[in-house]
Amino acid sequence: MSNMENQGPLWEVFIQSKAGQPFKHAGSVHGYDKEMAIENARDVYTRRGEGIALWVVPSSEIVAVSASESNSFFEPADDKIYRHPTFYTLPEGVKQM
Amino acid sequence: MNETLVNQDELLKEFEEKIENEIKIEPRDWMPEEYRQHLIRQISQHAHSEVIGMQPEGNWISRAPSLRAKKILLAKIQDEGGHGLYLYSAAETLGVSRDQFIQWLHEGKAKYASVFNYPALNWADIGAIGWLVDGAAITNQVSLQRTSYGPYSRAMVRICKEESFHQRQGYEIMWKMMEGTKEQQQMAQDALNRWWWPALMMFGPHDSDSPHTSNAMKWKIKRESNDRLREKFINKTIPQAELIGLKVPDPALVKIGEDQYQHGDIDWTEFWEVIKGNGPCNQQRLEHHIKAHNNGSWVRECANEYHIKSNK
Repeated sequence: MSNMENQGPLWEVFIQSKAGQPFKHAGSVHGYDKEMAIENARDVYTRRGEGIALWVVPSSEIVAVSASESNSFFEPADDKIYRHPTFYTLPEGVKQM
Repeated sequence: MNETLVNQDELLKEFEEKIENEIKIEPRDWMPEEYRQHLIRQISQHAHSEVIGMQPEGNWISRAPSLRAKKILLAKIQDEGGHGLYLYSAAETLGVSRDQFIQWLHEGKAKYASVFNYPALNWADIGAIGWLVDGAAITNQVSLQRTSYGPYSRAMVRICKEESFHQRQGYEIMWKMMEGTKEQQQMAQDALNRWWWPALMMFGPHDSDSPHTSNAMKWKIKRESNDRLREKFINKTIPQAELIGLKVPDPALVKIGEDQYQHGDIDWTEFWEVIKGNGPCNQQRLEHHIKAHNNGSWVRECANEYHIKSNK
């Protein structure tokens, strides 16, 4: 961070829209601490009842796979088609499975 | 490290294939430097516009004609600030800091929509701004929801959801004035007369004179041309004006089909003058932003100090 950077660290914002729904990434905010980050996230991302719960996570704590690595990273899943139900044939007459 | 080095031509090909197939480009993806620079300029200009746009309206919060109007105006202006923040966040994913964007604005290196260099003279202007300026912005932003850069596209989707209230509240103000006294009707017409052309200019120069359009279209940063968007806006707005008894101040306007209009010549000299900084409020807008930013610096300094200390 250079000297002029004084907007506070960046936080990623996740919103849960309804009970039972997964949290979804909404965007990011700056904040100097947890409390400020979550209040900023409320003011910026939920002015119209978009959520019933909110997470903020320091952006620097997020671990991600880079786009250039993603093919090889996910490759182990490519040849395991037997993990999908459609791989299997069923005898005729099975009603529901 | 060496194994991840890929030939530039290869990367460009992959990038262009994604664009071709409508796959969004994300912050960590490779992108041509020119694409990145175009986005940095466009998204930050968009963010600055939202924030500077709070000024002409902010002027009327304390003079709103009713508590209802005041609450609505406050909510709208708060939204504009929020939209600025969505857009700064999107722009920051391109590797430039928030402080840097603000510095470029203050140094005059970054622009904002020149329409905000016009003053809001009376309450009818608040109606005209919501109806026309937000209306023009929506037309542009609906199209930008399909922009190729993921964070920008997602910010646009969020913004569009919120903007339609802005336009409706503006139109309602105009409509109520048109239902009012003769003087009120004249105020509404006068505001339309003053804001119509600046709103048309918001779409930028004609396609034939637009310096940034070609690569932006090729890489799908922009999805529709300036002239096409302007046409869409006119076609939607003129019937709205007529419905409440307002007359668009364009003697050369012709109806060329069902809800299709052709406007007269735009005064581009005025447009370029305002862009160059010679509009009625350029200096005032920028000075106010600099002042507000500097007045808040002690808050940021304290908060930053607190942050450093509490993380020791």
